[in-house]
Amino acid sequence: MTIFGFGWEIMTNETNYQDRQWLDPDAEPFIQLRGVTKQFGSFTAVKGVDLDIYKGELFSLLGGSGCGKTTLLRMLAGFETPTSGTIYIDGMAMNDVPPYERPVNMMFQSYALFPHMTVESNVAYGLKRDGVKKSEIAERVDAMLSMVELSDFAKRKPHQLSGGQRQRVALARALVKRPKVLLLDEPLVALDKRLREQTQFELMNIQDKLGVTFIVVTHDQEEAMTLSTRIAVMDQGQFMQIGTPTEIYEYPETKLIANFIGSVNMFEGRVVSNDDDHMLVDSVETACRFELGAVAKAEKGAKLWVAVRPEKISMSTTAPQSVGTNQIKGTVHDIGYLGNMSIYRIQLDQNGSSEGGSLVEVTVPNQVRPKDGKHAIDWDDEVYLSWHPESSVALFR
Amino acid sequence: MMTPDADNKANIQSTHSSSVAGVGSRITELFFNKIHEKWRSIVVAIPFIWLLVFFLAPFFIVFKISIAESLIASPPFSSLFDWTEEGVITVRVIFDSFLYLVEDELYLDTYLTSIRISSISTLICLLLGYPIAYAIIKSPDTTRHILLLMVILPFWTSFLLRVYAWMGLLADQGTINDLLIWLGIIDKPIRLLYSHFAVYVGIVYTYIPFMILPLYANMEKLDMTLHEAAADLGAKPMSTFFTVTLPLTLPGIIAGSLLVFIPATGEYVIPDLLGGGNVSMIGKVLYNEFNANHDWPVASAVAIALLLALVVPMMIYQHVQSKEGVS
Repeated sequence: MTIFGFGWEIMTNETNYQDRQWLDPDAEPFIQLRGVTKQFGSFTAVKGVDLDIYKGELFSLLGGSGCGKTTLLRMLAGFETPTSGTIYIDGMAMNDVPPYERPVNMMFQSYALFPHMTVESNVAYGLKRDGVKKSEIAERVDAMLSMVELSDFAKRKPHQLSGGQRQRVALARALVKRPKVLLLDEPLVALDKRLREQTQFELMNIQDKLGVTFIVVTHDQEEAMTLSTRIAVMDQGQFMQIGTPTEIYEYPETKLIANFIGSVNMFEGRVVSNDDDHMLVDSVETACRFELGAVAKAEKGAKLWVAVRPEKISMSTTAPQSVGTNQIKGTVHDIGYLGNMSIYRIQLDQNGSSEGGSLVEVTVPNQVRPKDGKHAIDWDDEVYLSWHPESSVALFR
Repeated sequence: MMTPDADNKANIQSTHSSSVAGVGSRITELFFNKIHEKWRSIVVAIPFIWLLVFFLAPFFIVFKISIAESLIASPPFSSLFDWTEEGVITVRVIFDSFLYLVEDELYLDTYLTSIRISSISTLICLLLGYPIAYAIIKSPDTTRHILLLMVILPFWTSFLLRVYAWMGLLADQGTINDLLIWLGIIDKPIRLLYSHFAVYVGIVYTYIPFMILPLYANMEKLDMTLHEAAADLGAKPMSTFFTVTLPLTLPGIIAGSLLVFIPATGEYVIPDLLGGGNVSMIGKVLYNEFNANHDWPVASAVAIALLLALVVPMMIYQHVQSKEGVS
């Protein structure tokens, strides 16, 4: 695995690993997956994955539908048994432990609240099964309901609640047992956008307060970015990359990841020179020379892709004073006005003409209002794009 | 042809165009609404009229006979209303038949036997039918349809024929006894036919689809993730069954039980053919009163009393259902 500059800095400068236990070589992972494979008939849902998750993490499994993330979560809960490999929770092998004896609780995507029970009974259900004393059950249920602000709804049945309230009942029901690990299957998918944002922060607060390890399955990259300490991006039953939201976004390891998280511009090129502090890349397509910060070893002539995020590119109507690296010229082809910012699609000049060149996406914060329906940089304007060498990433696959 | 979109546009235009056209369209709209409302009441009225004519009317006729006096005449009962010569109507209500039901222990005994046999049969149907329905739900799609078909399959043969088939199986020289003797388990035939056992076999065999089908319909709606949720919260399989599955399938259990219990209580063919003279159920008594004794008023009283005995559990069920609907 390649560790980029950002990661190295942390390793050398930080001695306190409290929030970043995965960097501490002495830290004991709380959950370990070793060569876990799950097959359904001839279909392999999860292909021999290894994973370490540490205590108190808010870990996200991110991927499209059918990538194996839900299967992995269900194996952690005990609803599916791995075809091969072992799952350890708190040092104990879980393969032969049935769901009702695991120290984990799950919040289901559909919430799976018992429709014939009141909110109170739903939350108390797990404690009753454990034979907790009646007085203690009442106390803990009350405390949990007040935490999720549902004390007034204790006597209601699930169908008398709104979607957001049901979600909170499901959360309370899973947390009241004080599990070591809370599994959340698409916890916010059934909520509308506003409620989703609010709940995201609530979830983070609760996780912070209780110190429970959260494992979240989601297909929503924005959700994963805001919630998680670390994200594992999954595709076809395997992890493509595991890292902090910043690492995944700023230092994607493959083209697939770069495309999956946010949008990105990619230019194919070949290495011209690779020194200790910078690398030069020539791109035939754009007839342009790119400069990148020091990265992995790449031999001269090696084929690679230079990836730049749309917000890292600065755009100007005036030509740069000197000709340098990371400069391309094009014409505004499209403007997407989003209010807070605008997305520009720039058609690059190709062999001196602006016809048929590839499109580059640039996002610009709207610091100035458009005047008389005209943007500061408008349709068909000729623009010059440039970016800092440290802002782009070299991708080899 | 107009696409739905174009149709919409046309509608919008008509409301925006001159007021005359607007009023015109509103009138047609009202007209169609009226028709629509009427239709709804017509559709609802048809089954009600049907029930009124073919259920309520015979009920009152039977009730009328039950409060009449038995006569050797045609019809063999006294009429309710009589015109005296002075042109006054006299109404004769005689509760002798009902009193007779209470006085003669035979009737009470038969009622109790009937209710006992049908209750036990219902219980057996439930204990057998519940796991069957659950297994059908749990089986993969293709097998599920075949299994469901097999539950309904017996209905394709005449009920009477199937009961006769059971007579052949259970008789002293029947298939089951022959098989047991051939296997060396018994030396001489054991009495299977013309016993309570045979009646139970017949009733359970005949009515078990009526238990399985409502249970199946109920379980089909059951959210299987609830079972996972229960397991996740620490419930062992047994505990999950009693705290989640059973309460949620209760409506199916009640519906199935009533569908078995009610017809089984009044069953005539099965106790007559499989029980012979050894099992007397109320259906048989009723038949005898009508055909052998020609005592129509007593027979009618037996029928009315049976109806009341069966309506009570139905009302309880209705009450429970409506309460569930409210909560």
